[in-house]
Amino acid sequence: MAFLIGENMTGGYGKGADILHDCTIGVEKGEIAVVVGPNGAGKSTAMKAVFGMLNIHTGRVMMDGEDITLLSPQARVQKGMGFVPQTSNVFTTMSVEENLEMGAFIRDDEIQGTMEQVFELFPILKEKRKQPAGELSGGQRQQVAVGRALMTQPKVLMLDEPTAGVSPIVMDELFDRIIEIAKTGIAILMVEQNAKQALNIADKGYVLVQGKNRYTDTGAALMADPEVRKAFLGG
Amino acid sequence: MTDILNAIVLLFNFLVIPGIAYGCQLALGALGVTLIYGILRFSNFAHGETMAFGTMFTILATWFLQSNGISLGPLPTALLALPIGILAAVLLVLGTDKLVYKFYRKQKSTPVIYLIASLGVMFFYNGLIRFVIGPDDQIFTDGSRFIITAREFKEMTGLDQGLAFKMTQGITIVVTVICVAALFWFLNKTRTGKSMRAYSDNEDLALLSGINPDRVVMIAWVLTAILATIAGTLYGLDKSFKPFTYLQILLPIFAAAIVGGIGNPVGAILGGFVIALSEVAVTFAYKRVIGYLVPESWAPEGLVQLLSTDYKFAVSFTILVIVLLVKPTGLMKGQSI
Amino acid sequence: MTLNLRNIGMFAIMAVMFAMVGVFNSWSTALFILNFCLISAVMSLGVNIQWGYAGLLNVGIMGFVALGGMAAMLVSIPPVQGAISAGGSGILFSAFLTAIAIFAIYLAYKKLSGGTRKLVITSIAIVSFFVIRYYFDPAVDAIESYDSAGTGNLGGFNMPILFGWLVGGLLAAGAAWLVGKISLGLRSDYLAIATLGISEIIIAVLKNEDWLTRGVKNVNGLPRPFPVPYEVDIQKSPYWIDMAERWGVSVIELSSIIVKLSYAALFTIVLLIILYLSEKALASPWGRMMRAIRDNETAAEAMGKNVTGRHLQVFILGSAVVGIAGAMLTTLDGLFTPTAYQPLRYTFLIWVMVIVGGSGNNWGAVLGGFVIGFFWIQAEPIGLWAMDVITSGMAEDSGLREHLLKSAAHMRLMMMGVILLLVLRFTPKGLIPEK
Repeated sequence: MAFLIGENMTGGYGKGADILHDCTIGVEKGEIAVVVGPNGAGKSTAMKAVFGMLNIHTGRVMMDGEDITLLSPQARVQKGMGFVPQTSNVFTTMSVEENLEMGAFIRDDEIQGTMEQVFELFPILKEKRKQPAGELSGGQRQQVAVGRALMTQPKVLMLDEPTAGVSPIVMDELFDRIIEIAKTGIAILMVEQNAKQALNIADKGYVLVQGKNRYTDTGAALMADPEVRKAFLGG
Repeated sequence: MTDILNAIVLLFNFLVIPGIAYGCQLALGALGVTLIYGILRFSNFAHGETMAFGTMFTILATWFLQSNGISLGPLPTALLALPIGILAAVLLVLGTDKLVYKFYRKQKSTPVIYLIASLGVMFFYNGLIRFVIGPDDQIFTDGSRFIITAREFKEMTGLDQGLAFKMTQGITIVVTVICVAALFWFLNKTRTGKSMRAYSDNEDLALLSGINPDRVVMIAWVLTAILATIAGTLYGLDKSFKPFTYLQILLPIFAAAIVGGIGNPVGAILGGFVIALSEVAVTFAYKRVIGYLVPESWAPEGLVQLLSTDYKFAVSFTILVIVLLVKPTGLMKGQSI
Repeated sequence: MTLNLRNIGMFAIMAVMFAMVGVFNSWSTALFILNFCLISAVMSLGVNIQWGYAGLLNVGIMGFVALGGMAAMLVSIPPVQGAISAGGSGILFSAFLTAIAIFAIYLAYKKLSGGTRKLVITSIAIVSFFVIRYYFDPAVDAIESYDSAGTGNLGGFNMPILFGWLVGGLLAAGAAWLVGKISLGLRSDYLAIATLGISEIIIAVLKNEDWLTRGVKNVNGLPRPFPVPYEVDIQKSPYWIDMAERWGVSVIELSSIIVKLSYAALFTIVLLIILYLSEKALASPWGRMMRAIRDNETAAEAMGKNVTGRHLQVFILGSAVVGIAGAMLTTLDGLFTPTAYQPLRYTFLIWVMVIVGGSGNNWGAVLGGFVIGFFWIQAEPIGLWAMDVITSGMAEDSGLREHLLKSAAHMRLMMMGVILLLVLRFTPKGLIPEK
């Protein structure tokens, strides 16, 4: 069984119609799992379901062998999940350093070490540590957002379209960093619009269509599958 | 030369110093409004009455101390009684939050509903205050009246015009500086303060970071009650305590908070001074100042007053309107419009 | 309103309450309260149009009420010829200059841009302020010194006061247009604060511009509207003296009842007309659109509805109704007292009426006007009586007893605050919920 897994999830927002239908996504420690699919396929919804931001009425979410289906997102953060939302994912009026500090709010121990690690991972942030996050470029903001989530020393890091709206060069660099993070033993679950590039770095890939799993395989296998290439990766 | 000096002294005596003292009081009031706005996201119409309530308890405690022969010498006894007023105001707002606002937070009501609820709270406080202390003027200032009297100043400088610096004005300025410094230290340097800024900046992300919303809201109310009581007491010391004036001061306080950029503490202070100084400057009679500056034959006949003092609310409102038209987010960038 | 037993029952209970006051107290008192309630109901309808239809928060209702009152006064009182010849031309000329200045600012706003625009507008504003004051001040002095004990103002137009009701609506609508233009489209709180500001200013103007309103000297003896008679005429009429004898009441009491009844009839007609129009509007496509905007502004905007424009419309309409009610109130009083308008307090009372009655429901607003209006007037004797009972065990000269009796008067607003909070929390839909 995977380290983190949302199994057979069916549900939607509030009392609205179901968006997910028997959807399963999971990730192992130290691995990168990527969820791709066309617009409106329920990619972000699936990830939010894993994080507890919507109600699933069937299925369950397991982490490290523990059933966490009923926990609130905040409680999941305590359990070791880190989540980077797609938009408004930094405190714009606060400095980079304060953003990281707030990321570590639930920790009572010394956070300086973790902050140094984040600065090592994203050196530009160390340079701009005193600047308000709202004044940074899009790519730098994403780094702050990821850094903020890392400050809790999570076991799982979930990223909702981290490369949305950044240039291809920045995207490549961000993916490099994500690989580095995975190498430290953190499980990474990521929703991506840029399917090709994402599957390239993925250990595992999920292709969702209309809230259902269509293809599930290793990233390389999906990239090699002609059907997937034709339908979802633009040939 | 002496004429120019006299004119300057006159301006300071009647315009600059009272304006600054009033600005301090407005700034402290506006800080409370802006804090609640930043955290609970509504314009708290009960703020003026919160000020009056805290001040009322300060006055009661002052009377108690005075009747027991305790005083602070040259300083007003009210300073010693301030903690009692603050405590009462803190208990009041926390009780109100528990009984009134908490429910709407759970419901995720729109700001307008909070605003209407705050109107209800306002009139409840209003009645409570009149029930306890009555609607009349209460004077509770004691200690020395002046730091420098006009006569002393004249003797010192040999000028015709005296510069009187009232004790209450001096205390207002000193206390405001201390409060503002402490508040900014708290917001910028402590973990709790930073968590409040984070919550105000991005509520969802703050929740994701494990910041406890109930605690943030509670601290916001406590800070607001402290600031409101201090602002109200300073205002009462400087002028006098009359419950009705605390209802009227609401408009300039809102104007100050919005003009500065609502939700932005630095803006609230800036807004307080902009509103206070313009209010005093526009309703000031410049006749004597001009008298010093121009030859006798040119001296104006009228008061040379831009607007009569009855229109001082018009000043704060006009500035508010101009800012809303030109820069709706306020002078310093406040929260979304 | 759905004609169910519950709704009819609530109006019936109100009728019984009035009857009880009439029987146990006096019919004159009952009619006095009824007239107050009728006017309150009209105001409450106006506020309901703004809040119930569109979710707009007007915290300056008293300002619009005062404007209506001023209109009724200015339209009905006779002109003061001496004052007009003393300063009328000066006032007219400064009004003319003001118009020019506003036009110039408007032109500058349209034709220029950036820094030049700001500079030009600021200079026009400053220069015109002093130029206008140069002509305005002496004219005001001249008017105010002319028979200042008797008049000291320009007087009015000597027209029927009923016409003043219309003018009152128009004036209030004009002020609403100004406030709405500035603050609609911004955060909802800003409208609340802007309305509070404008009402403070309106009332400050009415108190201080003696040349126009006599300020704190008040204007007495406004003429009565057709068909309301004067008490003295009734008391002199043989027909009514005969009637009074036959019914066994004093002719003085009878005259007072007849006058109040005529007012009540007049107010009821206005209330019914406005209620009818409001209901028609609410059921029309326009009303449906308004409610759609209120319930989901973003969606309405996305569908191409001009939300700010609609809000301005509804804000103006509601304020006009409030202005008419203000004119009615001044007419009923027969005198214009600027100091009687307290911006926040009475505004709050109207708010409680709308919310208790049922936001968004016109019948609810009317019922709320009656219920709260009734209790507002009755709360004072009830409060005094309650305090009397509470303090009955205390010594006659007890300081606490005296304090409690004195503060009974302040309990009314406090009770209103509590009622509002309770209704908002436990039955937010009010007595007659929106359909």
